[in-house]
Amino acid sequence: MSSVAMADQLAGKGAARAAARRKHRMEGGVRSPGWVTYTLLGLIVCISILPLYYAFLLSTSTAADIAQRPIPSLIPQGHFIENVSRVLNAGIGFWQALMNSIIVSTITALSVVFFSTLAGFSFSKLRFRGRNGLLAFVIGTMAVPTQLGVIPLFIVMSRLDWIGKLQAVIVPGLVTAFGVFWMTQYLSEALPFELIEAARIDGCSMIRTFWHVALPAARPAAAMLALFTFVGSWTNFFWPFIALGSTNPTLPVALQLLQASYFKDLALIMAGVVLATIPLLVLFVFAGRQLVSGIMAGAVKG
Amino acid sequence: MTWQQRLSRFDVRAAPYLYIAPFFLLFALVGMFPLLYTGWVALNRWSLVTGNQGFIGMGNFAYVIDQPRFWDAVVNTFSIFVLSSVPQLILALFIAAMLDANLRAKTFWRMGVLVPYVVAPVAVSLVFGQLFADQSGVINTLLGTVGIDPIGWHADRFASHAAIATMVNFRWTGYNALIMLAAMQAIPRDVIEAAVVDGANRWRTFLHVTVPLLRPTLIFVVITSTIGGLQIFDEPRLFDTFGLGGPDREWMTVTMYLYELGWAGQRNLGRAAAVAWLLFLIIVLFALLNYAITRRIASTEARPKRKGR
Repeated sequence: MSSVAMADQLAGKGAARAAARRKHRMEGGVRSPGWVTYTLLGLIVCISILPLYYAFLLSTSTAADIAQRPIPSLIPQGHFIENVSRVLNAGIGFWQALMNSIIVSTITALSVVFFSTLAGFSFSKLRFRGRNGLLAFVIGTMAVPTQLGVIPLFIVMSRLDWIGKLQAVIVPGLVTAFGVFWMTQYLSEALPFELIEAARIDGCSMIRTFWHVALPAARPAAAMLALFTFVGSWTNFFWPFIALGSTNPTLPVALQLLQASYFKDLALIMAGVVLATIPLLVLFVFAGRQLVSGIMAGAVKG
Repeated sequence: MTWQQRLSRFDVRAAPYLYIAPFFLLFALVGMFPLLYTGWVALNRWSLVTGNQGFIGMGNFAYVIDQPRFWDAVVNTFSIFVLSSVPQLILALFIAAMLDANLRAKTFWRMGVLVPYVVAPVAVSLVFGQLFADQSGVINTLLGTVGIDPIGWHADRFASHAAIATMVNFRWTGYNALIMLAAMQAIPRDVIEAAVVDGANRWRTFLHVTVPLLRPTLIFVVITSTIGGLQIFDEPRLFDTFGLGGPDREWMTVTMYLYELGWAGQRNLGRAAAVAWLLFLIIVLFALLNYAITRRIASTEARPKRKGR
């Protein structure tokens, strides 16, 4: 509506009429898509899901079947349970890997959220010398390819006798620059100074103010940060592969082991892929919406 | 001043630094220190098993630079990077434009393009390694039905890069599309409408108004994908069962070479550290170059001032 009125003022009657004519296609300024858009999007979503369905199909099949038919029948076969139990008995320590992945991802996610919110509270709401410089430094570290520090990290971890132990993977990820930046951005908008002052006047110490005022206010952004950290930690391979090795693997490391030891048995390998992916797919069903809005919120600020 | 007042004043002074300290401590310990110490390790003969065996100056760098395999790895890494980032960004831009339309069931479509993001690169690689199998792979079989000879995805250098790039694209296109979608939605509608009223068609509006206004976002995406993409390891490592990057190292990347020197073959951490430092330099140079190019490309278009924010 406003657009037609504006066109009237800016470009005269003719343009206003043209804009009005266009209006049935421009609901509130956004064009309504035709079937072409829906078809293309449908195709893209199919491409996103088909490789996973393919892995599932192979995991319901047998190695002999797969060798005979390169393109599997679109209907699942009956060997899924059998393949899954073979993965569990394959000697790669699947249950242990699952537990390790859960432990590492959960601790990392909780810790990143806690320390990032703490730092974000400080950066966004407290006054102290050097604040802007320090924040700029945090943002700058995001561009540092820290993966290239693996060699000294490995040397340090071996000195500590942490190689093969979960803390070797957990400790380096306890707080991230991205998390600090993210929470700073969120809290500077979502947490009014008045609330903090009110808590301070009521006699709250800084840490109580953080705990009772800042942390509750940060909850929506904290949930998103926890999700991203969890997914990132769950899918991480390079450092766990080096630091944990085959004796105490996380799921991605166990998948690599499965491939290395049973490379001809595709039904088995794909059953492993399916098992390792299901937890995150379940998470995605419940929290995918938050992931989407998290990515989009991060983009506008970042 | 009472004891309590003093405590409270100390609290106000110290708390801000105390709260940001964990990040800086951890970054110093597991980010900054390792990166700098890598430089020191690179200047020594340093074995994985027996540790430091003495200073040898630039010896490790000289060795690495002298290896044709290192330069092959550099070429492979760039080739995979270009094949994965350029098509990915273009595709993501178009997906974002489609998602920006007034769709029914918006959330469904947005979630739909994001599914691959929750699949671990390791899993993606195992699945695509099979889709791209040389014999009896789905893709070669499909190509066969339309009369195209099977492609040696695991034999031909360029084909293997394309296959690995496909895995990267599979996982990240939707993610980047959502970032661009958010940026598109931040463009004030009246700017787009003004272009439409001025008689620009949809395509020209997209190319000359929307894309230039996405410049900061494009720069952000390009820089992050440069830093991540040049360190690529997971996908090529699991592309075949041996994990060495092919019989003739057709798809061995720099990070894979680093791993091979340090942990797999020679167990020589000094040489691996030299590779890490060289890759660090390459990434910094290339990120700067990309920054310059993206700025250029995005600013050659007329760019109206952003309203509002």
